[in-house]
Amino acid sequence: MFVPCGTSEPDFTGFTLLMPAVSVGNVGQLAIDLIISTLNMCKVGYFYTDCLVPMVGNNPYATAEENSTELSINAEVYSLPSMNLMALQLRSIFIKYKSKLFCEKLISWMKSSKCARVIVLSSSHSYHCDDQQLRSIPFRYLLTPEMEKSVGETLQKLHWKEMEKSKSFPEIRDSGLCIRIPGGGITKVLYTESCSKGIQMAVVLKFVSEGDNIPDAFDLVRYLNDWLQIIKPQECSDPTTSVSQWKMPSSWRLLFGSGLPPALF
Amino acid sequence: MAATFFGEVVKVRSRAVTEDEEDEEDPWAPDNPEDREVRRELERKREVEVLQTQTNLSLEIPLLEQYPCSKFIMAVGNNAVAFLSSFVLNSETWEEIGSTKLWNEWCRTTDTTNLSPTDAFCVFYRLKSDPTVFLCQCSCYVAEDQQYQWLEKVFGSSPKRNLQITILTSRHVTDYKTPESSCNLPSPFLKALKTQSFQDAACCTLLEQPNIVHDLPAAVLSYCQVWKIPAILYLCYTDIMKLDLVTIEAFKPILGSKSLKGLVKGFSLFLAHLKAIDTINRGTIRISM
Repeated sequence: MFVPCGTSEPDFTGFTLLMPAVSVGNVGQLAIDLIISTLNMCKVGYFYTDCLVPMVGNNPYATAEENSTELSINAEVYSLPSMNLMALQLRSIFIKYKSKLFCEKLISWMKSSKCARVIVLSSSHSYHCDDQQLRSIPFRYLLTPEMEKSVGETLQKLHWKEMEKSKSFPEIRDSGLCIRIPGGGITKVLYTESCSKGIQMAVVLKFVSEGDNIPDAFDLVRYLNDWLQIIKPQECSDPTTSVSQWKMPSSWRLLFGSGLPPALF
Repeated sequence: MAATFFGEVVKVRSRAVTEDEEDEEDPWAPDNPEDREVRRELERKREVEVLQTQTNLSLEIPLLEQYPCSKFIMAVGNNAVAFLSSFVLNSETWEEIGSTKLWNEWCRTTDTTNLSPTDAFCVFYRLKSDPTVFLCQCSCYVAEDQQYQWLEKVFGSSPKRNLQITILTSRHVTDYKTPESSCNLPSPFLKALKTQSFQDAACCTLLEQPNIVHDLPAAVLSYCQVWKIPAILYLCYTDIMKLDLVTIEAFKPILGSKSLKGLVKGFSLFLAHLKAIDTINRGTIRISM
């Protein structure tokens, strides 16, 4: 359930909700971190649930001593009213057998919050790519029928590629086609449930391998920015300078552990 | 499956998603009634119960709705439990009012009679002179799927007024992320995390990002943050996770805090308790010089 930080419930009517799927390489979550950190979004509430593994820590987006001691939990909601933007960040994995229940609760909240549309940032195992996918850009999108009406044309003008369908039963010649997002966590369930419930949802994902996925997160937010124009794209075409537009949060330090013991060398 | 540079074909693992999760979401996965029954049996076996000591019966309402509470002090893990046993808990001033019964793959809680420091238990005590002050000694492991159940059965789901919570626990020093090597850290050392509504000063420095806390202490602190309950977690990073006098004594700065004010027992009593712990672990305990 959504619990506001303050005493009153914020109004999300007409907002765009950005959220990650907990997926391979945690790319969606890293991308949401970049968006919240860069836009300096304000925490407005918690999505308190028994479906995610509990975790706490101090403010992951701290910029100074003064704001470094706000406690953060595993699922929080941030907002930027000037851009009609809100973000749900998920910081831990699902408790076993609870992912489906989480999707139901989340969709119920999406409807009750009256947000206009939902964009799910996700990823999929790159080792599942077929030859055609390997030769094309590593980004794909999916739109629910309701979302197709409003943004379908925009994405086609951007030459974005829709996620290909694959055989439901690869061994059977005449088996039907379906969407598969291996390594995508709840992405597919969220998408199919949103289709059936008339929610305006877009999924934007990247094919990735597990490892240092920070570059994948940067790629994904830049790709998303081509559509949403969250920040003004830099005019210079040098990719190394455009990286600096997105601010890495302070919590990304020591992502791969503490320093090494000198005795090792 | 994926191929490595050495020509092996290995199963690809992700830190974020497991294959099991993908099976759960697969609409073509058979909905086996036998699987459902096995799952339901397992859920029943893993249910968390809070028993009232007096009656030995399961409480029907959450513990802190049954008994009003203004101060809740909780120790999670052997060393934190031993600290409260040594410096706070004694039979003259505290009475046992309840315990948690749970089972998981790592522990089964022991009955609360004749407990030894090495048993797995979760017991609630109440101060006789002020029955709104509670102590919880939790040395059993509460699994991920049981942590919210534990919260529900102890705190309930509705926000509490006029309640302050203090949690003590320990973690291995290798869990602490620092630019230096963890070998150079002067363990054991204390760190704290507090909720927005906790106004008092902590007895040590706050836990810096990117460090985080998991398990039952995180579940309790999350509950407190969401429902605006003043709460503080004291976390002792140590290089010895089993019962250790040096780790136990590392919690001592908390004795001066508002949470434990007026609750610390006589010097001779806690010395005797520390000696008892030393006897149990003779030969394996380190003593501070």
